Amino acid sequence: MDVLSTVFSFQDYGELLVLVQNSIWAGAVLGIVGGLIGPFVVARNMPFAVHGISELSFAGASAALLFGANVVTGSLVGSVVAALLIGLLGSRARDRNSIIAVLMPFGLGLGILCLALYRGRAANKFGLLTGQIVSVDNPQLTSLVVVSAIVVVTLLVIWRPLMFSSVDPDVAAAAGVPVRTLALVFMLVLGLATAVSVQIVGALLVLSLLVTPAAAALRLTSHPVVVPVLSTVFAVVSVVGGILLAIGGGLPISPYVTTISFLIWVVCRIVGTRRDRRGRDRVAGREQDGGGEPRLQAGDREGVAA
Amino acid sequence: MTTVQAPSRTAAADGRGGPAVLALRDAALSYGSRALWSHLDLDVAPGEFVAVLGPNGAGKTSLLRTVLGQQRLTSGTMSFLGQPVRRGHRRIGYIPQQRLMESGTPLRARDMIAQGVTGSRWGVLPASRAERARIDRILDEVGATAFADAPVAELSGGEQQRTRVGQAIAADPALLLCDEPLISLDLRHQRGVTELIDRQRRQQGASVLFVTHDVNPILDVVDRVLYIAGGRFRIGTPDEVLRAEVLSDLYGTPVDVVRTMGRIVIVGGNEAHDQVGGHHCDPDPHAPTPDEGRI
Repeated sequence: MDVLSTVFSFQDYGELLVLVQNSIWAGAVLGIVGGLIGPFVVARNMPFAVHGISELSFAGASAALLFGANVVTGSLVGSVVAALLIGLLGSRARDRNSIIAVLMPFGLGLGILCLALYRGRAANKFGLLTGQIVSVDNPQLTSLVVVSAIVVVTLLVIWRPLMFSSVDPDVAAAAGVPVRTLALVFMLVLGLATAVSVQIVGALLVLSLLVTPAAAALRLTSHPVVVPVLSTVFAVVSVVGGILLAIGGGLPISPYVTTISFLIWVVCRIVGTRRDRRGRDRVAGREQDGGGEPRLQAGDREGVAA
Repeated sequence: MTTVQAPSRTAAADGRGGPAVLALRDAALSYGSRALWSHLDLDVAPGEFVAVLGPNGAGKTSLLRTVLGQQRLTSGTMSFLGQPVRRGHRRIGYIPQQRLMESGTPLRARDMIAQGVTGSRWGVLPASRAERARIDRILDEVGATAFADAPVAELSGGEQQRTRVGQAIAADPALLLCDEPLISLDLRHQRGVTELIDRQRRQQGASVLFVTHDVNPILDVVDRVLYIAGGRFRIGTPDEVLRAEVLSDLYGTPVDVVRTMGRIVIVGGNEAHDQVGGHHCDPDPHAPTPDEGRI
């Protein structure tokens, strides 16, 4: 019973709610950022890149903490440097993954070194890895909203060409879409989005915000407008819901956020499996209608080799 | 580098008038010291269907890349609709090799065709009423209406490739560049996709430059063949180019061309691989023998 009351506690809830008002706003803004960028992260096959960027963002923030600089600036610098390195050096998926795998432990190590040398409040240290709620002050909220606005506006402007070049780079390039420039712009935007997410959910758990909601939405639909809307709703529900549950107890916010976002994904996954089955039936039906000619190759998705 | 010109019917002689859609003059492309082809003169007339054949690495796909403006000619000139080629021309449609869309792609068949109309546009303003009507019309034209709202990742390979044709013709191209679009499709879908491309050039007058390792699925619709091998090439009708003495000369080694059951089979080198329909798998794709040159 003791554990349960630590995990869920709603004593003096009203007063606490006022105290963490900033965090709730920050969470909602982050949800929008994560929900909108998530479908691109999935379509470009970049979840691992998000993880790598977040570790360097952590290194930047830890260094800032150690040297008494602004933590937000530190995490932004770390993220953007990581994102640009990954974008410039790893245009192909295979190169990209090894570069991330090289950068990530280095960033994490650097961050741990800085934290070990830091003599300040321990909560600050831990928060960078696992998230924090009470520490969002007004200037921090302002910078978070400004950076998030830059991310969202940029995404909306480049939305169509970015989606085209994400799902079909060759055809997009043939149609004159500046595929390479867009890839770099996207990495920059992803760096910014990661840096602001690290502030709240912590470096280790950024994926639950930038990937899980989009992955869940994609299990339900492929509609190009419904996917980002759903994933934004999922992300906002996860973060804001996580904060609302977390404020009563003395625990970090991240387990709440990650659990809600995971549960949403599980439900979507189950519903999506039925959708897939219906889809396969429909394909089979259409192929049947198409005529009774022999199949000579197993190149088709159904893999029917006659 | 010498070139061998087979006497060729020009497209104009076929009764298709108009200035060339695509014109190459003394064009050459090389990577470092390796020349892919040189002294290439080619006029593709409106509505003409030109197949580009040859072994792997002969420079077929590179030719398409130069037309797309993604690769510069080493020398010579290339013009499209009377202008020097440039990147991302609206009137060029591109149909790539089939690459199955992964699940988790947030697109339906309808959206993929929409990309052909609005895909390179900035901002998120929705497509206009006229554009949506056009997308519906294209869906119908390529027989994709039945699966218009299905996720692309759910479509069969053939359905995806029909959708790609729709995407490529959505902007009313003057030239369709096809890079092995039939690869890994079954016979029925090969025929279906070929018919779609053929119909587009007959009804809309689009020219077609069609890179393939297997000419058989498109043999009925091809006007001329550009056969590239070993840095040299031949241009002419299939009957003029796909002959034993022509290809033997091109490869510099004896090659036989067998016509059987309405199909063309090339047999070359000492190992005499049979190449029916390109279904054959070469044990060593890098062996510099002519039997790589599947027709």
